[in-house]
Amino acid sequence: MSKQQQHWEKTRMLLFITLAIWFVFSIGIFFFGAEMEASSIRPLGYPLSYYMTCQGSLGIFVILIFWFANRQEKIDEEFGYTEREDD
Amino acid sequence: MFKGKFIDNLPKIYGTYTGGFIVFIILMAIAEQAGMSAKLIGIFFVAFTVLIYALIGYLSRTMQTDAYYVAGRQVPTVFNGMATAADWMSGASFVAMAGGIYFKGYGYMALLVGWTGGYVLVASLLAPYLRKFGCYTVPDFIGTRYGGNMARLSAVIVLTVASFTYVTAQINATGTIASVALDIPFEIAVYVGLASILMCSMLGGMRAVTWTQVAQYIVLIIAYLLPVFWISNKMGAGVFPHFMLADEVARIAELEAQFGLGEIKNSAADLKQVPKGLAGITKAHAEVNTTPWKFISLAVCMMAGTASLPHVMMRYFTTPSVKAARRSVGWSLFFIFLLYSSAPMLATLSKLSLMDPNLATGIIGKSITEVQAIDWYQNWNQANLMFVSDFNGNGTLELNEFFMGGKAVVLATPEIAGLPYVISGLVAAGGMAAAMSTADGLVLAISNALSHDVYYKMINPKAETAKRLIVARVLLVLIGFAGATIAALEIQGILGSVIWAFDFAMSGLFFPLVLGVWWKRANAQGAVAGMLGGLIAGTAYLIAVRSGYPGFWGVTQLTFGIVGSLVSLVLMVVVSLMTKAPDAATQRMVDEVRIPSGKAILGKQH
Repeated sequence: MSKQQQHWEKTRMLLFITLAIWFVFSIGIFFFGAEMEASSIRPLGYPLSYYMTCQGSLGIFVILIFWFANRQEKIDEEFGYTEREDD
Repeated sequence: MFKGKFIDNLPKIYGTYTGGFIVFIILMAIAEQAGMSAKLIGIFFVAFTVLIYALIGYLSRTMQTDAYYVAGRQVPTVFNGMATAADWMSGASFVAMAGGIYFKGYGYMALLVGWTGGYVLVASLLAPYLRKFGCYTVPDFIGTRYGGNMARLSAVIVLTVASFTYVTAQINATGTIASVALDIPFEIAVYVGLASILMCSMLGGMRAVTWTQVAQYIVLIIAYLLPVFWISNKMGAGVFPHFMLADEVARIAELEAQFGLGEIKNSAADLKQVPKGLAGITKAHAEVNTTPWKFISLAVCMMAGTASLPHVMMRYFTTPSVKAARRSVGWSLFFIFLLYSSAPMLATLSKLSLMDPNLATGIIGKSITEVQAIDWYQNWNQANLMFVSDFNGNGTLELNEFFMGGKAVVLATPEIAGLPYVISGLVAAGGMAAAMSTADGLVLAISNALSHDVYYKMINPKAETAKRLIVARVLLVLIGFAGATIAALEIQGILGSVIWAFDFAMSGLFFPLVLGVWWKRANAQGAVAGMLGGLIAGTAYLIAVRSGYPGFWGVTQLTFGIVGSLVSLVLMVVVSLMTKAPDAATQRMVDEVRIPSGKAILGKQH
């Protein structure tokens, strides 16, 4: 496998992991709205269903994007595809 | 005062600007104490901020194509994040979102999740790759990746339909705010709003829009957060409302039970007295009140729509590098998060301050005549945003006898909570900033696509730079006027048409964009079929549902993008596989796009 193919393999893996986490917090948990509401897990005292829609999922998305960007930069570095500063 | 290059001085420049704006707020507060009228304060706030934006627009004027189309590709990560956040958060987010949460609770929150979750798709699937491509517009990517004028033109059509639906709503919002703040009729205010929008974008294109959007973000976030924190502290609800309102949410549930929410229904005859557009509290504040599919389908449409709306995507063409584009998406969402996570808190504070009899501001349970004598009630009743009526004739205001417009949650809560009027003026300026920044981004997205992709790439490829940029500006003005004319007719509500715009964009552009990067086999025929087929299928479904067709899979007129995008995906895959694979040059181009380093596909000036 060429260097470029390996780079793309790793990039794709990262994409799948990112999308899996995204799926859980944007779609997956909302299949269980009623269960979340009844749950005894109450972040900061809010009902879990309310908390996830107000802050929980939203905050996770912010962190997820920065995490994804860091990982992708590492992959690019590993294969020497990092951009030059003056690009 | 500022030595060296403009870009290096940005933190200093916007720091000074923020400081200046805070000083202006304090001066206005002093003027209010000295007896300046509420109306004059409102005029000062809106006029002062709009003039600043116009000044920035003038200072950013340019005659270079890469500055006009992509701000010279030198916008730093964090500032691009702020500009995107302003570009993204429209009049609807600013004025209507808290109201939607107030009235519809959990079911409405699908929009919050969708409008933030979409950025994960933008960051991982599209933005960095389109940045590497080096295009000026979204159809520029489609046209070069798939090749041929047909693909380019199809992308322009989808872009225009989606963005135009969206922009009329935004011009409508600028008109509404300008008409209230400046006290002029709506039909004129729409054109005042338009003039302000054009002043920001006409001379400097994307460069001017970028630097005004950063300025607008600063105004709108101060205008949103300051009242939320102030009210929360004044009510004793918590120093930091976002982390401390659990008791208040629980208290609302308690009061809902006490006041018999959902048990007492208004008769149709009673409801007829209520002015159009106002609603009462009929849904529990924090309860899960919708089916999982309804919630998820709406969220999915908003997410895919986010990743397909060209005015957002083109903001990431302005960063200096691919890496910066990726990080910039994170910053955008962070800045959006600041406002979106505050909207539910504002809705909670607003509801509690009206409902709780233990608070001085509570009105439920008071006598009707007493409520009708309150100053703020009279003001907002006159503005057609509040209404009470003694349906059961017991002389007391019941929960089911109080009605409010969705905009009132943001616009009236500061006054209800007893904040000085200067805050209401600030909120008006914030709403104006939110609507203007989005309208600017949208008008520019449409006119850039028409001038760059249709005029320069298809009609007159030999046009000189000066001529291209003149055409771009003429189109900008024409589209602005067309938008304002339609906005003045007031056909649709603001929020409804915003949601439609997402569905249109998702129907026509989501899969052609994503597969353009992630599936090498995708070719021009497939992309054209996908774009046009998706747009037509989505539109047909929307029209059918609006004219009485019950629909299938629980897809409503708010989620028709599901139908459109599925048709688009199937058509694109089937037609691509049935026709010839893209040539070797195109395949190499896709390989190039997938690595961040090296030259952009399209040259610096093209």
